[in-house]
Amino acid sequence: MNKPSTIEEVLTNRTRPKSPTAIQASATFAWRALLRIRYVPEQLFDVTIFPIIFLLMFTYLFGGAISGSTGEYLNFVLPGILVMTVSMITMYTGLDLNKDIEKGVFDRFRSLPIWQPSVLVGALLVDTLRYLIASTIMVTLGYILGFRPEAGFSGVIMGVAILLLFSFSLSWIWTMLGIIVRSEKALMGISMMFLFPLTFLSSVFVDPSTMPNWLQRFVDINPITFVVDAVRTLIHGTEANGDVMIVIYISIALIVIFGPLTMYFFKNK
Amino acid sequence: MSTYAVEATDLVKIFGKERAVDGISLQVPKGIVYGFLGPNGAGKTTTIRMLATLLKPNEGHAKVMGYDLTQEADKVRHSISLTGQFASVDEELSGRENLIFIGRLVGYSRKQAKQRADELLQAFQLEDAAKRQVKKYSGGMRRRIDIAASIVTSPELLFLDEPTTGLDPRSRNQVWDIVRALVKNGTTVFLTTQYLEEADQLADLIGVIDRGKLIAEGTSKELKASIGAGSLTVHFDDLDELKKAQNIFVSRFEQQPDINEQDISLTIMIKEHAKAAKAIGELANTNVQIKDFSMSQPSLDEVFLTLTGNVPDHEGGDSSNE
Ligand SMILES: Nc1ncnc2c1ncn2[C@@H]1O[C@H](COP(=O)(O)OP(=O)(O)OP(=O)(O)O)[C@@H](O)[C@H]1O
Ligand SMILES: [Mg+2]
Repeated sequence: MNKPSTIEEVLTNRTRPKSPTAIQASATFAWRALLRIRYVPEQLFDVTIFPIIFLLMFTYLFGGAISGSTGEYLNFVLPGILVMTVSMITMYTGLDLNKDIEKGVFDRFRSLPIWQPSVLVGALLVDTLRYLIASTIMVTLGYILGFRPEAGFSGVIMGVAILLLFSFSLSWIWTMLGIIVRSEKALMGISMMFLFPLTFLSSVFVDPSTMPNWLQRFVDINPITFVVDAVRTLIHGTEANGDVMIVIYISIALIVIFGPLTMYFFKNK
Repeated sequence: MSTYAVEATDLVKIFGKERAVDGISLQVPKGIVYGFLGPNGAGKTTTIRMLATLLKPNEGHAKVMGYDLTQEADKVRHSISLTGQFASVDEELSGRENLIFIGRLVGYSRKQAKQRADELLQAFQLEDAAKRQVKKYSGGMRRRIDIAASIVTSPELLFLDEPTTGLDPRSRNQVWDIVRALVKNGTTVFLTTQYLEEADQLADLIGVIDRGKLIAEGTSKELKASIGAGSLTVHFDDLDELKKAQNIFVSRFEQQPDINEQDISLTIMIKEHAKAAKAIGELANTNVQIKDFSMSQPSLDEVFLTLTGNVPDHEGGDSSNE
């Protein structure tokens, strides 16, 4: 078909196909997010530079002081900083959405007869891919620096998988905030306020048993601690405790609570 | 089947303390262009966003293409398309990608979506810019891709929010042609505008909105009958000629023209264009030397002056499409 079309001709096509399924619509939004990365690859800075800096900094700056040797500390700390870095990066999900939603194009999405959450689910799926990139960079760099996972490659895969599940769920909080908070700066402030204490006051850097009692109590109920312990367990194949299940429960709870809340604010913006 | 595309009763939208839309009732017959005319901040966008299921009205109810706005929002979405006032496509993506993307969202297969995108790009003369990011488009191209994205599947009702604000006359005419083609093919178009001329050119029925209220409604003929066709301005070489012309105008038209001595010109409001021609003929017959003359459409301010007795205060942000 190479005949020139005129506006009149393109209008005669009145058949309306069946609306896409929830999965198709989400995949289409994910495709949009991927295209955007292709145009603005700088978007990937946060998932590449961040992990590298964190890993180098903690291994060489604190390694010697905390564990006596950097190699030993790396084995302990890498799962921790992996969780910390990826949790930190989830914050960008909200920031990107906040910028995106300011533009009028969301009005068009919302006036289409599609499963409305797909707009957000698609974006979050691609963000999960970004978390995967960050994880891969860290594990690879760690390996070069001397990190040796005791449960081997499969352990790493399982550890990263549970981390991705948690990050995807956590992203819904930032997505919700991205919709309600007006300015990007305010959003950044709020996100940091939560993420810094949660990641630092956890089992990321040191064994909680070395901490004073009052601090231990907080660290023990901190969700990040559970995630770090679960990832560590999987990567190093230490005795399986309930941490993995707890992380799965936390993730489901996050989605069940913040998914509908996010959609509520999205619809009533 | 309802004969109305939009039937709204006493719609109200309140933001904080402000009644952005304050009791609007509309009946828009199917198959026409309805022009929603009003100054900045009048409540045009807010009304459209309610009718397109994006905002819940605080009061009132409406049927769009026969479906209840709140009870049957999904069915409404099936019949409408919205081209928002600002960026209504993804600026980071190319024009073609945007159209394929929307095509997928309305349910086309990948192949169908691509084919449809190419058809539309061709029809809207955007083939050369197909692979360029939309943020690098000119204003006129932007508006064309915005509208193309809205008719990936032909909607029964298309909302166009200020489709020509900020466009040059050529691009504006292109948009007008698109709107005419749409209506010819049976789409009902609900457009907002700040320009009387645009409503005059395109709309079969015009609603004038100010501060959230519909203050007048009618065909452009009906509105003009109450407003007048515009003004005639005549320039002269010297003040003597101006004085002579003034006397003629006063005696023949029983109306005092506005005199501008600095420009050596006079301006008079006229009801119909034929009268203006007559006035010029009259001046020539009595040997008054004219330098030049011009006609102008009544401005929106004049419309409001006539309808409400005061000029709208231009509050509520700017409308420029940057
Ligand atoms: N989301 C919002 N929150 C608060 N106030 C709003 C919101 N949207 C619109 N308003 C206010 O409602 C009033 C009507 O705005 P609206 O955008 O509907 O006007 P408009 O006729 O489209 O104007 P313009 O020609 O500038 O586009 C304005 O005073 C505006 O400030
Ligand atoms: Mg507006």
